[in-house]
Amino acid sequence: MPAHIGREDVQRLVAEGAQLVEVLPKKEFDAQHLPGAIHLPLRKIDAGVRASLDPERPVVLYCWDST
Amino acid sequence: MYDYTAGKSDWMAAGLPTEGEAAGRPTAATVARRDVPTCHLKESLRDVQERVRAAGWDACVVVNEERIVMGLLRAEQLGREEDLTAEAAMRPGPSTFRPNVAIAEMAEFMAKHDLPNAPVTTSAGELIGLLVREDAERAHERHA
Repeated sequence: MPAHIGREDVQRLVAEGAQLVEVLPKKEFDAQHLPGAIHLPLRKIDAGVRASLDPERPVVLYCWDST
Repeated sequence: MYDYTAGKSDWMAAGLPTEGEAAGRPTAATVARRDVPTCHLKESLRDVQERVRAAGWDACVVVNEERIVMGLLRAEQLGREEDLTAEAAMRPGPSTFRPNVAIAEMAEFMAKHDLPNAPVTTSAGELIGLLVREDAERAHERHA
């Protein structure tokens, strides 16, 4: 289970080299996303994590909100 | 692995930079005024009137301890009997708008419904600011 974090933790982790991943549909990602984030749709997250991300760096996933 | 639970809406509500095709375009959150006066339900309207007047505003958002929007005091409500509480005078449960709504859409909606202002909140209802119609229209014209 991923650890739930807030905005300040996100900023700190990214400054330390964490990878940001947006799981919303691509259209929403293309419209606006957090700086430096990559797009991985939720249904492809497991395969995507293995293929696209550096296993040595923390990964921060995000959606639109908590609902 | 971490989950930024509050997500993109929280990031944008905080006014932090984003990337993408729509990044940089004005939205409800970027144009809303964050210094709108607020008050609590049980405050006397007399006290609220003084504070709002001193701040140079003609509106006040009624919030609870978590800054969740409970109601709105526009000029008409602020002009009511000063011995009322904010709760008794306010417009309860006003329509609120999400931070990412494009300013063009907001300007059009506010004109169509003749809204002088509108609270902008997170999806949890926490106040971000008050969008003033003139500001929305000006931002839309500038960016059109």
